[in-house]
Amino acid sequence: MTTASHELAQSPPRMTSRLDGELLEVSMGPQHPSTHGVFRMNVALDGEIVVKLKPVFGYLHRNHEKIGESTSYLGSMPYTDRLDYFCSMTNNWAYALSVEKLADIEVPERAEYLRVILAELTRLQNHASLLGFLLSDMGAWGTPLMYAFREREKILDLFESLSGSRMMCDYMRFGGCRVDAGPDWMERAKKVVDAFPRFLDEFEKLIVSNEILIVRTQEVGKMSAELAINAGITGPMLRACGVNYDLRKVDGYGVYPRFKFRVPLGDHGDCYDRLMMRALEMRESIGILKQAFEQLPAGPIMNPKVKLRAFRPPVGEAYGRIEGPKGELGFYLISDGSPNPYRYRVRPPSFINLTVLEDLCLGHTVADVMVILGSIDIVMGEVDR
Amino acid sequence: MAVTARNFIGSYFEADRLITVQYPEERSPLPENYRNFPFLIYDTDDAEAGLRCVACKICEKECPPQCIYITKSNDKKPDYLGKPQFYPAVFDIDISVCMSCQICVEVCPFEAIKMDKVFELSRRERFDALLFRKRELAKSNTYYHRIHPVEAAEVDAKLAEAAAKKRPAEPAPSAVATPSPRTSA
Repeated sequence: MTTASHELAQSPPRMTSRLDGELLEVSMGPQHPSTHGVFRMNVALDGEIVVKLKPVFGYLHRNHEKIGESTSYLGSMPYTDRLDYFCSMTNNWAYALSVEKLADIEVPERAEYLRVILAELTRLQNHASLLGFLLSDMGAWGTPLMYAFREREKILDLFESLSGSRMMCDYMRFGGCRVDAGPDWMERAKKVVDAFPRFLDEFEKLIVSNEILIVRTQEVGKMSAELAINAGITGPMLRACGVNYDLRKVDGYGVYPRFKFRVPLGDHGDCYDRLMMRALEMRESIGILKQAFEQLPAGPIMNPKVKLRAFRPPVGEAYGRIEGPKGELGFYLISDGSPNPYRYRVRPPSFINLTVLEDLCLGHTVADVMVILGSIDIVMGEVDR
Repeated sequence: MAVTARNFIGSYFEADRLITVQYPEERSPLPENYRNFPFLIYDTDDAEAGLRCVACKICEKECPPQCIYITKSNDKKPDYLGKPQFYPAVFDIDISVCMSCQICVEVCPFEAIKMDKVFELSRRERFDALLFRKRELAKSNTYYHRIHPVEAAEVDAKLAEAAAKKRPAEPAPSAVATPSPRTSA
């Protein structure tokens, strides 16, 4: 955080008007339909203007990191599904990537392509449902969310027929993937991806130039690029401020360097830019998916040298990170040569993106707080762990 | 307006949008890979003797939420081929704890535990009724073929191959723990 904003956060809340009155303290959440889970904000209000906001979380704390240290490397994989339960595929990938770095495991090419396909499908469904949620936070209850969930449903059906579960996919393994996708599945996936732009066109027609949406989002929750970088913001939120930082380009993990895609960048860092960033990223994801379907090679999907059972990586440490739909998702592992990691640390994007919430909300109305929170794109499973 | 109208009308006519199924009477088919809770496979018709599980306890150890409880038998009992094998005296799975990750299936060296597709599991009681005993868990290979046809055929081919490899080298029915099931039980 910048010094100025930090001081603002620390200073006692002040009344902005000279009229007689006192601050109203409101506890929003944890059971609040638009807090995206069990998240509480203690808000001090001057009239309708937020003068202080204290986020309270931990209601969904499940001791994820300690569990990771007491189970085997393989056993942590299904737990990573439960971090960000919208994007279990990318969570799996980030964890698999860090174990692969730790033990120096190579992944067959087909598995890399399958990972890209599934990660981009995850991005599609995450961003689609985010748009739906964000619009319902703004009062457009029902319709946009249902349109988004209809598309998401198709992708979840794909996940189910491939991995056996809609949300808790538990699909990737260090050294590859668990089951191979047959030609039938590929055909279905291609159909879903081909039909997706129609949803985007419709959605954009409905929302992009909608007057209410523009009034509610433009110039709301503005964030400067300096603040974003200082606070460690990643993902679409950072790019909405105009900072060109996408790990798919920066790290080039997996087979991403082989695909042609652009990184959409925002200009103002307000809620509207953040919202549009998701819409534009979905279009790029569709492009990546189409290239991946074309280039997908045949071959094995699992490195035969990897022993999943009683897996003991050499002593060392590794940090694997990927560009998840919400930002940089990283797993930091320290191995002492035993079957359990000595230290297991998650760098959750939505938690770190949430740290700037107060800076974004100060000076806006209570109704805007919901929009700002929605545009950050949090999932409490990942924030609280 | 035009978009909403098209979507509204489309929801009555477009085939891929008419997805509602009158559930208890009609059911939409589950995908082949669908999984929820594990079950134990037995060959032949005898659920007790034909059980492939030899109580090696690997799944119990690897299970991330620790929902499998196995007690190994003290004696060996002849399985359906007459080989003396250990067997699980107790094999319980607490499905209120199980998180359907199918790691037990992946680590099992005997292809003895597989994922089931039964999802109508509501019970009137929370504890004992959701603790599945060996008797409830044991299901035949025929059942496995019915719910996962492709996967079951692969598993059977693999086991038959392993059995064919093993048989000439080891004529004595000693403590080798690989069961050799019938291919079409």
